[in-house]
Amino acid sequence: MSALAVNLNRRLREGAGSAWFPYLLVAPLALVLWGYVVQPMLATFVESVSEDGTANYAVFFSSSGVARASLFTSLFISLASVLLCGVVGVGMAFLLKRFAFPGRRLIEAFILVPAALPPLIGAIAFQLLYSDIGILPRALQQLFGAERPVLAFDDIAGVLVVHTFTMYPFFYLAASAALAGMDPSVEEAAYNLGAGRLRVWRTVLLPMLTPAMVSASLLVFMTSLASYTAPLLFGVSQTMTMQIYINRTNGDLPMASTYASVLGIVSILFLLLMRWYEGRRSYRSQSKGVAHQRREILNPFGRWLALAASILATLVLLAPVATIALVAFSEDGSWTSEVIPSAYTVENFITIFTDPKSLQPILNSVQMSLIATVGCVVIGVLIAYAVRRLNFRGRALLDMAVMISWALPGTVVAINLISAFSTGSTFSLGQALIGTFWIIPLAYFVRFLPMVFRSSSAALAVVDPTLEEAARNLGASWWRAFRTITLRLMLPGVIVGALLAFVHGVGEFVASVLIYTSSTVPISVAINNRMYSFELGTAAAYGMLQIVLIFVVMWFSSRLENGGRQAEQWTN
Amino acid sequence: MIDVKLRSVSKRFSRGGDAAAVDDVSLTIAAGEFFTLLGPSGCGKTTTLRMVAGFAFPTAGQIHFGDQDVTRLAPNKRDAGMVFQNYALFPHMTVAQNVAYGLKVRKIGRAASAERIEQALAQVHLAGYGTRRIDQLSGGQQQRVALARALVIRPRILLLDEPLSNLDAKLREETRSEIRRIQREAGTTALYVTHDQAEAMAMSDRIAVMYGGKVQQVGTPHEVYHRPANAFVARFIGRSNVLELPVAEASADGLELRLPSGARIGIGAPEGHGLKSGDTALVSARPEQVRLAGPTADGALPGKVTGIEFTGMATNLTVDVAGDELMVSVVDAPDGIKIDDQVGLLLAPHRLWVVKP
Repeated sequence: MSALAVNLNRRLREGAGSAWFPYLLVAPLALVLWGYVVQPMLATFVESVSEDGTANYAVFFSSSGVARASLFTSLFISLASVLLCGVVGVGMAFLLKRFAFPGRRLIEAFILVPAALPPLIGAIAFQLLYSDIGILPRALQQLFGAERPVLAFDDIAGVLVVHTFTMYPFFYLAASAALAGMDPSVEEAAYNLGAGRLRVWRTVLLPMLTPAMVSASLLVFMTSLASYTAPLLFGVSQTMTMQIYINRTNGDLPMASTYASVLGIVSILFLLLMRWYEGRRSYRSQSKGVAHQRREILNPFGRWLALAASILATLVLLAPVATIALVAFSEDGSWTSEVIPSAYTVENFITIFTDPKSLQPILNSVQMSLIATVGCVVIGVLIAYAVRRLNFRGRALLDMAVMISWALPGTVVAINLISAFSTGSTFSLGQALIGTFWIIPLAYFVRFLPMVFRSSSAALAVVDPTLEEAARNLGASWWRAFRTITLRLMLPGVIVGALLAFVHGVGEFVASVLIYTSSTVPISVAINNRMYSFELGTAAAYGMLQIVLIFVVMWFSSRLENGGRQAEQWTN
Repeated sequence: MIDVKLRSVSKRFSRGGDAAAVDDVSLTIAAGEFFTLLGPSGCGKTTTLRMVAGFAFPTAGQIHFGDQDVTRLAPNKRDAGMVFQNYALFPHMTVAQNVAYGLKVRKIGRAASAERIEQALAQVHLAGYGTRRIDQLSGGQQQRVALARALVIRPRILLLDEPLSNLDAKLREETRSEIRRIQREAGTTALYVTHDQAEAMAMSDRIAVMYGGKVQQVGTPHEVYHRPANAFVARFIGRSNVLELPVAEASADGLELRLPSGARIGIGAPEGHGLKSGDTALVSARPEQVRLAGPTADGALPGKVTGIEFTGMATNLTVDVAGDELMVSVVDAPDGIKIDDQVGLLLAPHRLWVVKP
């Protein structure tokens, strides 16, 4: 061990040029990814066949039963989500990028807000807005004097509402980017050759958008498949993620592992499909021609209509945050059958900061997320460097391992860690991690490592490799050149990635809920518990903290990188 | 001042791969010399430079700086100052901080450091620019900062990787004499890489012409121009007509060649040319050394003008001689010369040179 360290030290000082230097750097990284991403996945599979062999998997093929129904429901929800998000996202992109009308900037400013909410509090917000206990159906009920809430979304419909609002940005951003990257002269050429507007859309614009749309579809499909909070809150128990949770809480770990393995494999297949597709063509043009002019809406009636629609759309976009803010100031237990809560107070915020028991989840989340973030930064930056800059066998595998941890649903990550670390293992220094403090930071690390990796990798892509060579040429050791030049220049990207990881850690619910202990309750689990005990006000107050943190960090990151392109990182 | 030796240096990128990027290159760069690697892209010149800098290691062969074998020495241990094609200036540092980087690594004291930075910036005519940010500089200024940064560490050898290729044509000509002046003043051995033969001719003490990973010829600019070793060098350096002429008589240092007109022409040839009577010799004739005459002039090759290009300085003609297109460049073309005119071409025997295929 020490001989290795001395050797590594010598290598870092002297030459990074030798053929085996990369392996020295990559070996520990590969070990981390193997130990905490790949090997737990295999442990889950082993767990799934531990008791009844492959019998657990047979249930997916029997015509009746929960397993098959869950698989089909999950697939159906995912497919429906793709369609809905596609229509909304592409429509919005065309509307906002191709037309000029009053109120356009208002919508553009808030278009990503619903998607930026943490998963649990986001789903709660939609539940409080659109389900049969929601503000809108009850308001309509009162308005029409109906017996039951009007236009209430429940069950699968509710899940689809949440998915549409939180995932359409995948399509919106992809379509916007494709429209912006499209050479306007191509479209003009079509008009010039005599095509009408409809024909141009059908034969030129839509085909050119196809690659972006396929990528977005795959992303939405994967994200929907991994979705857990929406089915939880809208009571759709027959989905893959819910079955994992239910089997785990019933103590049937082999069955939970079976679901997790199936879901994991499907997710990885989709990842591979996505990578394969992205490796193919794209229609982005290199031309630096004039940007496309937006079509001005000139008809006065149309302008008023557009303005009204814009304001309405803005209200819809802001409604989830507004709802949480409103409820956060309501007295616990004061909201029963009214349209909106009847009694208000600031007590909720005072409680969560002063009552030690209520403060604990906040401290837990911050601490666990910080630890995970530090791990993500150290490992993520080095993996990004290795993948982008070093030449070694197995580079694609390293890259792939990080992407797997991105593709795996949070629920599956949690089950993987349970399978791997419920007893001692080499990678936990012989200790069982389940039931200890360390399991949650580890889960956050696995889930959010890809964020730091991607953002570091993107930052590294624009740092000219010859800069590091120049430093080496001037006499700097590899470590010094890396530290003073490469790392320094990729720092903004690393910070953005770290902030992302931290914020997502503070908002994390999906994996936490499967592995928390009574002394490591994170904020989101506390929110969930308060919701159960009908303390909506306190739950929303916690949620408000998460939301404020997100918007502060979002604002800070956009200043740091000053560009709207980073926005896509937030829709996760 | 040190000399630099490359001994049978080869570089293959893929293990057991097909062609070597650099194939058995042996060169000696004399102390204080300005030496240029010249060749088209992909010829191995940049790979050779990177091996001298230590960014790539040879698959076979050795590299020596003076008496020291540096073949596998890390780049930061070589004291080889490099000017990169894109300058590679650190964008997060000022001009002075860029120049200071190598001194800081070497733990040079603050006062001595400041003096050397000032001196280096003065040398490249950038005195007073120390506090500027890199993006506030023009391309030419950035280029000079890169030069100052490489020279301030008093390198054993100065490496320049196409440093002028990002400048516009006018600045390029100014800068090349500037680089030469600074290199002479610093008294540093310099290894320069370029694909631009005019640049190489104007700047170098000696040039190594590379192609396909191999050194084709090493010589002074005058030698590679007037005595190209082979047809590639003849065509790559400047423009050249390479004629295939039958050998009528051969001696150790001269040849008698038969022209298409039947006339004979006697020219000098390098020793060991290995040609004998009845062989076909490749003869290089520079366009500006072919003279234009009347179609019936004595000993002239008769031909027909197929192209005229007036460049101001000279008129470039293409002339069809019995099916071969010859390039001719004349300073004082006869007025009214036009396509399809019949002309005669005169070859000056002392400017013809036998080349290897």
